[in-house]
Amino acid sequence: MLDTKPAFILKKASLSALVALVLFSLMIGLRTEAGPEGKLIYWTRFGDLATIVAIVFGGSIVIELLRQWIGPVGAAALVPAWLQKLMDFVGRWLGPALLGFAILVPVIFYDQRYILDLAILVLTYVMLGWGLNVVVGLAGLLDLGYVAFYAVGAYSYALLATTFGLSFWICLPLAGILAAFWGVLLGFPVLRLRGDYLAIVTLAFGEIIRLVLINWQDFTGGPNGISGIPRPSFFGIPLTADEDGFAARFGLEFSPTHRVVFLFYVILAMALLTNWVTIRLRRLPIGRAWEALREDEVACRALGINITATKLTAFATGAMFGGFAGAFFATRQGFISPESFTFQESALVLAIVVLGGMGSQLGVALAAVAMIGGFELFRGLDQYRMLVFGFAMVLLMIWRPRGLVGHRAPTVFLKQSRAISSDLVKEGHG
Amino acid sequence: MSAAATPLLAIRGLRAAYGKIEALKGVDIEINAGEIVALIGANGAGKSTLMMTIFGRPRAREGRIEFDGRDITGVPTHEIARLRIAQSPEGRRIFPRMSVAENLQMGADATENSEADRAAGLERVFALFPRLKERMTQRGGTLSGGEQQMLAIGRALMSRPRLLMLDEPSLGLAPLIARQIFDAIRTLNRQDGLTVLIVEQNANHALKLAHRGYVLVNGLITLSGTGSELLQRPEIRAAYLEGGRRG
Repeated sequence: MLDTKPAFILKKASLSALVALVLFSLMIGLRTEAGPEGKLIYWTRFGDLATIVAIVFGGSIVIELLRQWIGPVGAAALVPAWLQKLMDFVGRWLGPALLGFAILVPVIFYDQRYILDLAILVLTYVMLGWGLNVVVGLAGLLDLGYVAFYAVGAYSYALLATTFGLSFWICLPLAGILAAFWGVLLGFPVLRLRGDYLAIVTLAFGEIIRLVLINWQDFTGGPNGISGIPRPSFFGIPLTADEDGFAARFGLEFSPTHRVVFLFYVILAMALLTNWVTIRLRRLPIGRAWEALREDEVACRALGINITATKLTAFATGAMFGGFAGAFFATRQGFISPESFTFQESALVLAIVVLGGMGSQLGVALAAVAMIGGFELFRGLDQYRMLVFGFAMVLLMIWRPRGLVGHRAPTVFLKQSRAISSDLVKEGHG
Repeated sequence: MSAAATPLLAIRGLRAAYGKIEALKGVDIEINAGEIVALIGANGAGKSTLMMTIFGRPRAREGRIEFDGRDITGVPTHEIARLRIAQSPEGRRIFPRMSVAENLQMGADATENSEADRAAGLERVFALFPRLKERMTQRGGTLSGGEQQMLAIGRALMSRPRLLMLDEPSLGLAPLIARQIFDAIRTLNRQDGLTVLIVEQNANHALKLAHRGYVLVNGLITLSGTGSELLQRPEIRAAYLEGGRRG
């Protein structure tokens, strides 16, 4: 049990303070800057350092006292019944409410171009998150190279549209198919790999695609990228100021916002399609096989599940959605280059899936809003933005180690559907 | 048992290895339809390897495995289950985050295609293990060890197997629970005529349950006979029963 002696608390606090001292002595205690003659000058800031260490010392005493005061009690004591009822209510209506809000975003924020652009960006990441969720969340295959499929989709559309002049709506499925093909191609060599080893190979795969894009100058345009990618049309009607443009045909005054709103609804529809397909697949034997594969591969074999097919379909399905998102990205930007497809992107999408709660559709959407939207929200904090973000992620992983929505909805119902909270379930096997 | 009919499962001269380490050095086993056959042996004797090799993992280096007269030595693992050979693997290996109903459903996915077949399968499993019906919506990981073993067997039964292979079903269970599991296996055999291959370290229980038994030592079958015969053999008593009790 807990030790309430002051000596124990002081010892813990001193340890934290010592760690803080070591960490911050270089980060805060020393300040370097380029001097007037270009020479590096530095000075010390021991006052600030002492303040920080004192805060850590005091803070850890408070945390320790709080922990002992609250102690290990049941959830019932901490969360009153009315709050639990409220949380149940919110849990049931949050998804539909978010969807309703998303549909209304262009109406509410019609005049605010910045918010519309941000909303499109968020939805792109929601879609990427949902796509990766199939691979990582459902099938449990840790994929660090997801951006490769995003890139394949984007370049497929860009090249098909600029070279052959094909329209967006023809290229979109092609981009998805090509990305799925690359998904299968990645899937084959990693069939026997699991966990860390799988992560390393997928990471390398992402880098290979990026390096090929940079170095295959004649085909991809190399580091210069591809520009002049055609914009999508509204069922064949271009969204331009021309005579036969969208505005003129429908008797509206031309506004560049029309295109933004149109793009918004396109990505919203694509994201919802991703979500719908995933939800449907989860209830089919193939979706169940993905989840079973995540739980226990050996058991899957014993039950006659074709591991090869299961893994390849998971990779292909996830890659296909990544390809769709990539094609959309290309048409929205009008310009793509390998710089948009760095490991950073893969890490961001993976963070969205993990923070959202692996396998949870709502959680992934919430995490995408929080990660992309929140990132913009903290723009005012300049350089501290990343710090705030890192801190928030650490806290989230401590308090909700299974992500925002750690609950997994069962897919097989027999007469009544009743779920058990994930908090009651121990992680692990057997 | 009648020797004239072809056995349901016939293994001849089976050799299997992990890399250079040979785990099975020429094993011959026959299982007739409707029989319970126990395979006993010490740790590392190759019991689990034998069961896994029937499923094609690891693949047999030499020898033949015949199921119902058909050579299945080279058949892919996932297709072997479709021939209605079911396996409850060692350590139960249920899916911890999936509900009991979903776990059972997984057992039927590979073989049973119609909804009605699946529902009938569930009824059969629930009749055998009523406890699972009570826990239907609960997650596999929240079940007790005994319930998890019931779930593992139930999951294997969902494919309506002709041969059920159980790898150490009593592992880590309290004696009373282990007896319930063995009783259920006996019921399955008597009522439905299910053929069972059971791998056990608990030789006493397994041999009492089984019609016939094989003793596997270092990858070779050293003894075989009916369950009661083997139980009487002094070397069995010394190696697996009395010795086991003392240690």
